[in-house]
Order: sequence, then structure tokens, then C-alpha cells
Amino acid sequence: MTLVDMTHGNKFIIDKIEDKDTRLQALRFGISEGSEIECAGLMPGGPVILKKNLQEIAIGRRTAEKISVKKKGMI
Amino acid sequence: MSHCGQTEIDTELQADKKIVLAGNPNVGKSIFFNYLTGIYVSVSNYPGTTLDISSGKMGDAAVYDTPGVYGVGSINDEERVARDIIMSADIIINVVDASHLERDLFLTQQLIDLDKKIIVALNMMDEVEKNNISIDLEALEKELGVPVIPTTAAKNRGLDKLKHSIDQATKGNSIFTNNQELAEEVKNVESETGNKADALMILEEDENIRSQYSSLKTVPALREEIYTARRQRVDQITDQVLSYDQNTSQLARKIGAYMLKPVTAIPMLLVLLYIIYQFIGVFVAQTVVGVTEELIFVENYEPFVRNIIANTIGLENFFGQLLAGEYGILTMAVTYIFGLLLPLVAGFYFLLSILEDSGYLPRIAVLMDRLLQKIGLNGRAIIPMLLGFGCVTMATITTRLLGTKRERIISIFLLGLAIPCSAQLGVIAGLIAQLDVFYILVYVLTIFAVYVLAGTFLNKVLPGESSDLLIDLPPIRLPDLKNVFNKTYQQTAAFVKEAGPIFVLGAALITVMQKTGLLALITRGAEPITVNWLGLPAETATAFVMGIIRRDFGAAGLTSIALTPAQITISLITLTLFVPCIAAMMIMIKERNFKESVYIWFGSWITAFITGGLVNLLIF
Ligand SMILES: Nc1nc2c(ncn2[C@@H]2O[C@H](COP(=O)(O)OP(=O)(O)OP(=O)(O)O)[C@@H](O)[C@H]2O)c(=O)[nH]1
Ligand SMILES: [Mg+2]
Repeated sequence: MTLVDMTHGNKFIIDKIEDKDTRLQALRFGISEGSEIECAGLMPGGPVILKKNLQEIAIGRRTAEKISVKKKGMI
Repeated sequence: MSHCGQTEIDTELQADKKIVLAGNPNVGKSIFFNYLTGIYVSVSNYPGTTLDISSGKMGDAAVYDTPGVYGVGSINDEERVARDIIMSADIIINVVDASHLERDLFLTQQLIDLDKKIIVALNMMDEVEKNNISIDLEALEKELGVPVIPTTAAKNRGLDKLKHSIDQATKGNSIFTNNQELAEEVKNVESETGNKADALMILEEDENIRSQYSSLKTVPALREEIYTARRQRVDQITDQVLSYDQNTSQLARKIGAYMLKPVTAIPMLLVLLYIIYQFIGVFVAQTVVGVTEELIFVENYEPFVRNIIANTIGLENFFGQLLAGEYGILTMAVTYIFGLLLPLVAGFYFLLSILEDSGYLPRIAVLMDRLLQKIGLNGRAIIPMLLGFGCVTMATITTRLLGTKRERIISIFLLGLAIPCSAQLGVIAGLIAQLDVFYILVYVLTIFAVYVLAGTFLNKVLPGESSDLLIDLPPIRLPDLKNVFNKTYQQTAAFVKEAGPIFVLGAALITVMQKTGLLALITRGAEPITVNWLGLPAETATAFVMGIIRRDFGAAGLTSIALTPAQITISLITLTLFVPCIAAMMIMIKERNFKESVYIWFGSWITAFITGGLVNLLIF
């Protein structure tokens, strides 16, 4: 599953970020493969909002579709 | 020259020391700059307020404010601007948002790795307290190896201590102390560049720095390795110094969340638009302007001036007319600026400042992202578009925060074409509020349709693709009234300074045209367009001539012509789409180029008259 398949309010672990530029930008923001994030909102057909601790980031749909996640607790 | 509140800054300051404020976007750098230099630069609650370097003096040292960045690099224009000044700094004051340490320390660590002398201002300590975060300051200082001063800039806490500690800035603990492999690589490149900072930037694949060393052999591309090592180091530090109490739930956070849930967000946005309309269109444009324009200027000030002129040089000669005639520079120009436009512009900037400081703008960007994608923009473009309702000139500069050149071209074009600025909008709101809902709808929908069509067209014809949204959302805050008033005052004063001389010149020009018979000639010559095609009285040609000088001048000119509701609607549509004002054109030439600006100018003429005529033909 990718970021766009998340459900509001649940926690997920970032599994893989395909695109290199996105991966590097995410590293700066504090999000890397293996980080735990919470889904703080989904605009229908639009951006996804991630929350990590107190920080909220909105990610456009095209990028979000390229970031895969897994449910927390599953390996 | 100043353009709607943007002060031009002297970057060639002579000084012993170069102190640079650096940090992530929206962490409070500009407040520190204000404090250290006494110069006001704009402060707002959204990432990307500062897009240029500002400079000022503090004793013998020069202090520089920079655009916020998440790292030193070349991902976008802001980063390139910030990178050059950071690389040349003697001392860096790294402003850090203490409530977002994981994010902010990445840049801090990179600055340390670049071998710079650093002092950390750990800002937003009030947010830290509010959210029950605890930070072990001593451990943080020890891990980073640089002084850390806790501050709450917005409440003026810790600023004094920071100012007096600047000289204690030191080089900190780099990631290379625990990573032999990377340290070797840096040393290798350094032996050729003779400079550690440049060596690191080259290893981080920075093309610009790389191109300064043309003789350099191939260097391994290690950006991802270095970034990963840095991220690990930062996570290790934050694990050690931070602890959260997760169970805080605040009202501001809840409101922030409602602003992002479509079911609640859309009604909230509509309520906001309604409040803006009531405040500007009804309260300011009618009640306030009724007093300022009618009572103060038209009924008292103008007769007073005319009386003086009549008793001295006389009204019936050229100079009398120039000063106090129908388009007199002491009568009409002064009434328009101070009686009509000043209250509107001030009211508008007041609302805009509240919005800017509340943290709502980035959330509107998220809501609008999907729609803006359709015209080749992403949600962030809503920020220059909304600021464009304040002043198109300033908003044109703000388009720098957009990711690609393509997005900048599209948004600058749309700003010039279809976004009326506050002064114009105020006049429009005043005129339109007298009409039935039907006419208001025709006006709003027509402008909206032109906006969407033009955007779709540009999105189709321009090569390439636009970038995707990536924006961090600041917390919702209650705006600080002092900052709101300060910003409103600065921008309103800039408006008077910029528009004043143009209005005076414009008024003089119109009087000359009237006296020489040129105005009558144009009015007659334009009849096929004004009367036949647009269905307006012939004298509206004067308003269009005024509109070439400034659109708000033109809109103001309409207020003195008797028009039917349909005619008001058509002339407003045409004037809104009409050519951007002279100041906006100059900025467009500077930000883009001459050719594109000329396209925009002529494109506006054509679009304005075609649209106005079509509405006349099809609807009325
Ligand atoms: N609560 C709180 N708010 C602060 C503090 N410092 C700054 N702010 C607010 O944070 C926002 C950003 O301040 P700016 O000075 O514009 O930030 P900046 O770093 O210059 O931002 P950019 O120019 O966009 O990079 C404003 O709304 C400030 O009022 C603080 O210590 N506490
Ligand atoms: Mg700033």
C-alpha cells in the first residue's frame, strides 16, 4: 500500500520511497524509510497529510502514490 | 524604489563581520533580524515569507536575513539564494524551531558539517511548554558542540541574551568525527579545493559549487550517504534530548484539523469569504468610504481647495484646471487616494495580515491543490494568488516560492490578467455591492471562467510538467496584533508612496488630454468598442485611459459616471481583465523578461475587450 491508501488517524511505517529526489527531501524533513508516521488527513483526489510528532506535512498526490507504507505492527 | 512594502536592500555592506541568520522556513528568523538591526521585514505564519536576502547593521557587523531552507543545497531558488550567503558567513545564527527539532536539526548538523561557526537560537520555547515537550538543553549543547540559547522571539524572550552571546559561536561536532570513511572522502576533495565547506558541498552533488572547480577530477556522488548519516545522527541526538507527552490536545490543533477535513473545511472557507466580503465590500467600501470620500473629501475638502484656487490663480485657466478642475491633482487625485483607496487598501491588508499570521494559508493551499493541479500549478500557488488581491506587484515577487519556472510563468500571467488588487477590488466591491445578486454572480463567474480558461490554455501549451505539493503546515496561532498593525501600516504606506505620484501624473495627463481635445478624440474614436461592442456610454473611454495608467485609477474613474447595473458589470469585467498597472509591469519585466511581459500586456487588452463584449452580447 502507498500513502494514499492510508486511513485517517492510523499509524504507519514508511517502507520505501521510490523517487530519489523525494527520498532526499524527505530525509531533510525527518522522514526516512522506517520512520513511524500518522495519517492526519486525506483530501479526496488531493494531497495526503502526514504527522510525525508535532510536525504536519502535506504531500501532493503524485508523490504520495510513490511512497509505500505498511501498517504499524506488521513486518 | 519600493514596491508595495518590499524594501530594497544594500547587499554590499561594508562590515568587519558577516553574521547570517539561517534556519528552516517559518521559524522566526525575520523577527531576530528585526531585533538585531532595527529594520522591519515582513513576518508571517507560512513557510516562504522571506524570499530575498535582507541586510542591516549591528554595530560593526553586517547581519543578513535569508529565506528559510531545509538544507543547504540547490533544490530551488530560495536555496540557491540562501546557500551563497551561508557559505560566505563568518558567524551563523541558526534559528531552530524547538517544537520541530527532528526536522530543524538536519540543517543545524549540516551547518556544523560545513565547518561554520554557529550559535543556535532555540526558538518557540513557548510552543514547547504548551505541548509538554521537554528538551534537555545541556545535553543538546554537548551533543552539537555549539552554544544553544532558548528564546521565544514573538514574546521578546531570550533575544537580548542571544545578542550578547553571538561572539561565543563555535564550530561544533561534525558527523565525520564518528565516520572515518566519509571523513577520508572529504579530506581527499579538500586537498584540491583547499576549503572544507566547498569540498563537502561537492560531495553532496551541488552543481553550482562543483562548477567553480573546473579542474577537479571525478568525485564520488555521496549525497544520499551523507544525508542518511546526518539523519541518523540527528535522530540519535533527538532520542537523547527530547521527550514528548503525547496526550496533549489543544484547541488550536483541533481547529487546524477541521480546516483540512473537506466536510468542515469548505464551509469554513465560505464563511471566511463572506466575512471578507462583509468587511471590505460593505463596511469599508460603503460605510467608511461614505464618510471619508463623500463627507470629508468631496463635500468639504474639495470645495475648500477650489475656493482657494478660484481666489488666487482662478479656476478657468489651464493651471486652475490642472490643480482643481474635473481631474485636478489637488482635488480628484487626492480624493481618490486618501478618501477612496486608502481606507480600502488598509482594510484589505489588515485582513490579509491576520490571515497570514494565523497559519491558515498553507491549509488553503492543501484544500486547493487538486483544483490548481488542473491549471498546471500546485496548492502553494494559492499563496501568491491570495496576496495578489493585496498587491499584484508584491505577489509577482512571491511567485518565487513556486517550484518551477513553468509554474511561475503561469501564475504571473494569471496574476496580471485576472486578479484585481486591493485598491481596485475595493472600488469594485463598493460598486457591485449596490447591485442585485445576479450581476454579482455574472461578474464573479466571468472572471473565474477567464482565469480557469487562461490557466488551462497555458497548462496545455507550455512544455513540461509542474511540481508536486510538499509543504509543512505551521500550527494555527492567534495573530499578534502588533505585528498585524505594523504590517498593515507598512504596506499601506508603501501603497500611498507608490500610487500617489502615479495618480498625480495620471490626473495631470488626463487634464492635458482634455484641454488639447485628445480625450474627446479618443472618446469618439473608441465609440465602436465602448458604445457598440461593450454597450457602455462613450465617456467610459476616460476610465479605460486611466486604467492603462493603473487599473484602480480606472475603476475609481467609473464611480463618477452614471451607469446602469448591466453597464457597471460589463465595465468592471473589462477593467478587471485590463492591463496590469505600470509598477506590476516593471516587476514582471524584472522577474521574467520583456517579451513575456509584453505578451501579458497585449494579451490583457484582447482578453478584456473580447470578454466584456461577449458578456454584453450573450447575457445582457
Ligand atoms: N509562538 C511563537 N511564535 C513565534 C515565535 N517566533 C516566531 N513566531 C511566529 O512564527 C511565524 C514566523 O516568523 P518569521 O519571522 O516570519 O519566520 P521566518 O523564519 O523569517 O520565516 P521565512 O521567512 O518564511 O523563512 C510568525 O507568525 C511569528 O509570529 C515564538 O517564539 N513563539
Ligand atoms: Mg523571514
